[in-house]
Amino acid sequence: MNIDSIQNGAVIDHITAGQGMKLYHLLKLDDTELSVAIIRNVTSGKMGKKDIIKIDADIPLNLDLVAYVDPGATVNIIRNGELVEKRQMELPLELTDVLTCKNPRCITSTEQELHHIFRLTDRNEKVYRCIYCETKAGI
Amino acid sequence: MKRCLIDILDLSAQELEELIATAEDIIANPDKYAHVCDRKKLATLFFEPSTRTRMSFEAAMYELGGHVISVSSAMSSSAAKGESVADTAKTVSCYADIIAMRHPKEGAAYVAATNATVPVINAGDGGHCHPTQTLADLLTIWREKRRFSGLTIGVCGDLKFGRTVHSLINAMCRYSDNKFVLISPEELKVPSYVKKGSLKKYDIPYVQTTDLEAAMPELDILYMTRVQRERFFNEEDYLRLKDSYILTPDKLKNAKPDLAILHPLPRVNEISVAIDDDPRACYFKQVLNGKYMRMALILKLLKEAGTL
Repeated sequence: MNIDSIQNGAVIDHITAGQGMKLYHLLKLDDTELSVAIIRNVTSGKMGKKDIIKIDADIPLNLDLVAYVDPGATVNIIRNGELVEKRQMELPLELTDVLTCKNPRCITSTEQELHHIFRLTDRNEKVYRCIYCETKAGI
Repeated sequence: MKRCLIDILDLSAQELEELIATAEDIIANPDKYAHVCDRKKLATLFFEPSTRTRMSFEAAMYELGGHVISVSSAMSSSAAKGESVADTAKTVSCYADIIAMRHPKEGAAYVAATNATVPVINAGDGGHCHPTQTLADLLTIWREKRRFSGLTIGVCGDLKFGRTVHSLINAMCRYSDNKFVLISPEELKVPSYVKKGSLKKYDIPYVQTTDLEAAMPELDILYMTRVQRERFFNEEDYLRLKDSYILTPDKLKNAKPDLAILHPLPRVNEISVAIDDDPRACYFKQVLNGKYMRMALILKLLKEAGTL
């Protein structure tokens, strides 16, 4: 299988196998006309298997979302065909407008102008809680 | 600097003890406090029905010599026109020195606190927090037992949605040698995040049971709660669970002679009125204690804000 290398854009690498499609949808890449390749179950020396997403366009990516879904992923920024930056993801302390609170009793369910903010409360278990109602985040 | 109270854990154990000391001083010397809040105004914003909490705050402010301005329902305020909690908090800050707010939505008090320019006290935000009830509970425990350690505390009823239960567990976990007996129907057990965030975190021993009578003999405190209709989405579930525990004199026959029975009130039928005359019934003392703790809290927050 041949996937052309990209000139300007990003490669999200080291995605846990099976998470690639989920990340593709959450990043709303399915809403764009861009050239995007999702490569699933690639053999990886470190991970056994991994997924990769290649985006052939210089668009802003929600790195907090990538880090939340798969903190082990890396994001490689490509300019003029060259790797210019390699970003190792780590769980952000706070997620703003990345997730929405699912608690129907939360104040964010009725006050639309409020930002949806979640704070990391347990790094080991990867638990984020809504700063307003403390409901656990989930996708 | 403005300080707010959203969650009981916003107060350190030392601050709780200071509030209790102030409340006891108010009880002993009410005249000393009768004019400390002269010309100060408390705004009570109650967007959800309340009898005790609103009246308790209002009585507290009057007894400190202050004034009260209030909104007693969402329908009688600009909230009915769609005004946000943030705008309401900014507006009311222009009229009052301190705000006590109850709102049906969880997190509403946090939004008010981040937007108000005066201290905000959470008087209940949905099923989330109700810290001043916990202040009432703690003063009652203190006045009945004169200690916060070495107690076996039974909490009974709706332990899933009961915000007062969660706050009480969080507060009492900070003291040593306590043990919890969590008595509830299977469907209304304490949520795992409360167990993990407090009981397990502080290594506090606890047991979960459905049997109130079997647990009774070892309890120093029995904290009864109401199964709250307003927390259920499904009326059928409410009707099935509402009468799970009804405390009657018969069920107290194996209880300790110095047991303290607490209840955040209102009760429906979970404590028989036949128990009201039992010296172990503390729930009406708890109501009075709530007023004294709210007085102590208003003083603390006004002082920290530089208003007093």
